[in-house]
Amino acid sequence: MSKLSAAVLPTDATFKSGGNLERVLAAGRFAVTAELGPPRGCDAAAVRRKAQILRGWVDAANVTDNQAAVVHMGSIATGLLMISEGLEPIIQMTCRDRNRIAMQSDLLGAAAHGVHNLLCLSGDHQSMGDHPGAKNVHDIDSIQMVAMVRAMRDENRFQSGKEIPGGGPRLLIGAAENPFADPAAMRPYRLRKKAQAGADFIQTQLVYDVARFREFMKKVVDLGVHEKVSILAGVGPLKSPGMARHLRQNVPGMLVPESYDARLEAAVNGIDGRDKAERSYAWREEGKRICVELIQEIREIEGVAGVHIMAIEWEEAVPEIVKAAGLRQASQG
Amino acid sequence: MDNFHPEVVAFCCRHCAYAAADLAGGKRQPYPSAIKIVELPCTGRIDVVNILHAFEDGADGVLIAGCLDGSCHYIKGNLYARQRLDYVRGLLCEIGLEPGRARMINISAAMGVQFAELASEHVETVRALGPSPLRRKINQGEAT
Amino acid sequence: MIVAEKKPLEAIARMLEGSGRVLAVGCGTCVTVCFSGGSKEVATLAASLRMKRSIEDRPLAVVEAMVQRQCEWEYLEPLAEQMKNVDAVLSLGCGVGVQTLAERFPTMRILPALNTLFMGLPSAQGVWEERCQGCGSCVLDKTGGICPVSRCAKQLFNGPCGGSQNGRCEVDEATPCAWHMIWERAEALGMSEDLMSIEPPKDWGTSRDGGMRRMVRNDLRLPEDQDKEGNE
Repeated sequence: MSKLSAAVLPTDATFKSGGNLERVLAAGRFAVTAELGPPRGCDAAAVRRKAQILRGWVDAANVTDNQAAVVHMGSIATGLLMISEGLEPIIQMTCRDRNRIAMQSDLLGAAAHGVHNLLCLSGDHQSMGDHPGAKNVHDIDSIQMVAMVRAMRDENRFQSGKEIPGGGPRLLIGAAENPFADPAAMRPYRLRKKAQAGADFIQTQLVYDVARFREFMKKVVDLGVHEKVSILAGVGPLKSPGMARHLRQNVPGMLVPESYDARLEAAVNGIDGRDKAERSYAWREEGKRICVELIQEIREIEGVAGVHIMAIEWEEAVPEIVKAAGLRQASQG
Repeated sequence: MDNFHPEVVAFCCRHCAYAAADLAGGKRQPYPSAIKIVELPCTGRIDVVNILHAFEDGADGVLIAGCLDGSCHYIKGNLYARQRLDYVRGLLCEIGLEPGRARMINISAAMGVQFAELASEHVETVRALGPSPLRRKINQGEAT
Repeated sequence: MIVAEKKPLEAIARMLEGSGRVLAVGCGTCVTVCFSGGSKEVATLAASLRMKRSIEDRPLAVVEAMVQRQCEWEYLEPLAEQMKNVDAVLSLGCGVGVQTLAERFPTMRILPALNTLFMGLPSAQGVWEERCQGCGSCVLDKTGGICPVSRCAKQLFNGPCGGSQNGRCEVDEATPCAWHMIWERAEALGMSEDLMSIEPPKDWGTSRDGGMRRMVRNDLRLPEDQDKEGNE
């Protein structure tokens, strides 16, 4: 049975979305999600190829919404291609490009096409992207978006309060949290705010500093937030020591311990410096091993309901990591 | 160019450069007749518009001569003059004049020789740049 | 105050291509105290334009003038006389000043010499920072006197985005994160609990999104103006 046919089966009334991710979380299984970056052009085949790599290895895959404020194929359109390949999408939507009218309209359309999951984000600022002169929207913020979509789904009401004829979109609502951003003391409370607004699941920024993440999760568990919302920890394989340095220095709110640089450097010991391909291969193998270890460590932390594997433009790594971490033995697609 | 006689307005602080120019004169240390000295209580007295008006009225160059760093009689006047000069040099570019026509030097009252040398140096810089296009216009205006 | 800065001279000169004699009008209020449109700046711009055009062999006469407030009709009256012999007016006022001149003198070309930037304050000598966007429904009571509309690049109402690091905004290292400041101030005031409730979507209808705004105080209006409107 493909994932697509599951989407059109009559849904159990107790489920919010009827999607696969919700079923996995409801069953208390350790959830695995990944990320699929849409192409910068109209290449449907590129989406299908990536979807085929991920299908069966993850419970659902995020599809980014003009990530880094660079124009890409739209997240909903890309998500529909994923559905046709049997991969359940988590549509990302930012507050940067749409006002509440466009958001609600697009969500009605997405739900009509069988989309089950939404991730609500503020969005990277347009000054970081390829159209820095663009006007941003920010009509509502990500927490307000969560509350709006929850009311659409649970109360069949638009943000205006008017009724949605025929009922609102059945969407599982996600939100993001960066446990390492500042002000650190406010982060667990902000996460609680998202849960109170109606988020069903949370995906975190990439975790490399497990000790810091553990502290954050302790506070989250103390607040009881993990009982209201499923928390998926973000992980991702490093491709090189350069990538570790780049993340540490250039990505706001990213903590990458320097010990990982050393491990990656050590992985190329004995390899001729001129053999770029061989060095790259060694780095990537070590990067995947580090990622697997992170998953195994994070999995033991109380309140963690799953992992979100972000392998940017390296979807091939996901099945290997999932398998090595003991999350799946074979594709279930 | 041989008959080009540059005119350089030198805004000189009373506490250093003006006295230094006096000392140069007293020591018979020559400095170019192109230098037209305007005495100021402090280079911090200079406003952007004063420098522009010097150029508008036909000066080929402007020299601002203030105290050595840390020696301003009014503590920071020479530093403000430096910042304003930087701003004016930007304006000169916008207007279409070479920013090199305006320069600041820092000296003490005892540095008569250095004043003469630095003033001569700036006159030579201005000479190399040629007459200000604005002076040509004023002279043409007088001729007609 | 309203903060503005001079346009590049090249851009101003382009507006004056066909002009031979212009009136440059400064304003004695906001743009004087932010050093963009006071009498000194009028003199500087006038001299700059005269020199530029003289070098280009197309002399331009620039008459210098000041009014105390370009944004009020009665202050503009004395300009009528000075405008008689010019073919354009260059305003060194904010966008409001430029438009007030344009409304008062409908047959004269009124040109902006400044780019109007924001409503703000001098945070240090020579530095001005934005503090208000005039959104029409102030929330400063809820955010400890720190405005998330003007000071957060994403105009967030429920806390900082994931890019806040060491108290700095991800968009610009020089900009403090508004929500970091809001949080710290709330903690200092013992009011962090107030930030825990969800702030609902803002009604932007009071902001520029609602179209040009108007404020009316009937108690201050001229009775004859009200009668006129009543008859229309």
